[in-house]
Amino acid sequence: MPVPASFPTSAAAFFGGVKSALTSVFALVLAGTYVGIGALAHGFGLTSGWLALSTVLVWAAPAQVIMISALGAGAPLIEVAIAVTLSAIRLFPMVVALLPLLRGEGRRLRDLLLPTHFTSVSMWVESLRLLPAMSREHRVAFCNGLSFAYMSTAVIFGFGGYYLAAELPPLLAAMLLFLTPMSFLISTARNARVTVDRLALALGLVLGPLLVYFRVDLDLMWTGLIGGTLAYAAHRLRGAWA
Amino acid sequence: MSGTAELSPYLVLILVGFLPNEIWRALGLVLARGLNEDSEIVLWSRAVATAILAGVIAKLILFPSGSLAAIPLGVRFAATLIGFAAYLAVKRSMFAGVLAGEAVLLAGGFFFSP
Repeated sequence: MPVPASFPTSAAAFFGGVKSALTSVFALVLAGTYVGIGALAHGFGLTSGWLALSTVLVWAAPAQVIMISALGAGAPLIEVAIAVTLSAIRLFPMVVALLPLLRGEGRRLRDLLLPTHFTSVSMWVESLRLLPAMSREHRVAFCNGLSFAYMSTAVIFGFGGYYLAAELPPLLAAMLLFLTPMSFLISTARNARVTVDRLALALGLVLGPLLVYFRVDLDLMWTGLIGGTLAYAAHRLRGAWA
Repeated sequence: MSGTAELSPYLVLILVGFLPNEIWRALGLVLARGLNEDSEIVLWSRAVATAILAGVIAKLILFPSGSLAAIPLGVRFAATLIGFAAYLAVKRSMFAGVLAGEAVLLAGGFFFSP
């Protein structure tokens, strides 16, 4: 759907962003993802208000899935924090790539605080696609509108999944709970375009349960560090021989 | 949340969810001057994050919570494999993959659950 190159006011740009978000395929993906996460939060005995706040504050589906499953299973807090932070490193280069598009005449640091917090895969992909064709003065407002709509979608469907999981018969509730691992497996595989990422995915799938089976402490951290580093090392070695 | 009972769940959310996640966005805001998407450190950190997420996915399937735990392991495993195969087969469609996986889980759960 085409987006105007300029808007009469900042408010118009904000609502332009909202409209653009709600008509994009990402709104649908987010809805499905957060129905699954809502069911997960219910399955692990967290409250729906806590889930909604975690969506607003953390605003990263992988980190939320890690946090909910680890907290729900009673993992030590330090382990949860380490796993969340290791999963969140990817946000750093995303912010670095996004901000140059939002900077401009008269932009202060505080104008960039919200877009920085809003940075996540869906908003990032759409911003990088749509912002370059837009006049600079309204980019921040557009970006905030886009993100606000995505976040609202996630919060609302998170509640939906939570209460559905509570009300549905067990077999249907099990299907909701299966939504998160199935969709994350596929989306991670789809994002893994280079060999390093594919190798890291395969190693993580095997190492994760293996370390749990052998009762290794901080299993998620080791899954990430060992699996990720092995995948990276394999990539470097192959590069050296090629 | 056993083991965390002494802390408010909302404080836990800030300490182990918000802060460890947000720090990377904040660093991006402060240090945002030219970091190559293909630099070696980005490549490594993406591999680590991918492996962690993969580990969580596998754990959610093998050691599930709630109603999913009542579905036999074989059914969960078959649903995952067939869902992934459908994703590969149908033009890398996430929708097709999730649909196929869920269909197998529903059928398997219906026929094989206690």
